[in-house]
Amino acid sequence: MVEKKNKLTLVVLSGDMDKVMAAYIIASGAAAAGMEVIMFFTFWGIKAIQKGNLTGKSIFGRMLGVMNRGGVDAIGPSRLNMGGMGRWMFKLMMKKHGVASLHELREACIALGVKLIPCDMSMKVMEIDCEDLIPEVEEPVGVAVMLEHANESSIQYFI
Amino acid sequence: MSDTPKLSLDFKGLLCPMPVVKLAQAIKQIQVGELVEAVATDPGVMADIPAWARTSGNELVSLEKQDKVFKFIVKRVK
Repeated sequence: MVEKKNKLTLVVLSGDMDKVMAAYIIASGAAAAGMEVIMFFTFWGIKAIQKGNLTGKSIFGRMLGVMNRGGVDAIGPSRLNMGGMGRWMFKLMMKKHGVASLHELREACIALGVKLIPCDMSMKVMEIDCEDLIPEVEEPVGVAVMLEHANESSIQYFI
Repeated sequence: MSDTPKLSLDFKGLLCPMPVVKLAQAIKQIQVGELVEAVATDPGVMADIPAWARTSGNELVSLEKQDKVFKFIVKRVK
């Protein structure tokens, strides 16, 4: 039995704006309280750490790059997106009420030392390169590394 | 050590999680034993700041509502 640390491991599978927002809020809050925080981004979740440029090499990869554009500005809410209208509306409402944007939340996470780790396999499947990700991310790794972090964490969340 | 806060912060208009994020960043700029004071407008800080202090191991010296703002003082413990 591994000894639990004051540590949080978050697996971010979702690339929806609302869920990514929850993930960055939990991560920044935990880091602010002195916890060690690991965020493991897999599949759609990779979008939350992409720069936002078009990706892909093969025809399917490029199609995916267009239809599944990454970057925190491109992602929409899991409900009521209505072809981008929902995203626009939520951004406006968040700004009006003084809620931090996804950019600010992610910057807060980085400033507080949260580790952003991409899933290697998802990047290969979706034809996303390291150059397509923001420079602050760690090296891409596999499930065993994520599980090692999760195993020694007092809290693990899957979003 | 004195009772005068070393830093004075303005969290007016900020919502969760920014007050605790900014407080965590600010507390690193002062020495152990020194104080930081802040004002916020989000009523959520009434529950969040004490919880943050307990989890981070710092001491909440005071937290009170004055008119429409919430004022609090935190001492850096570690």
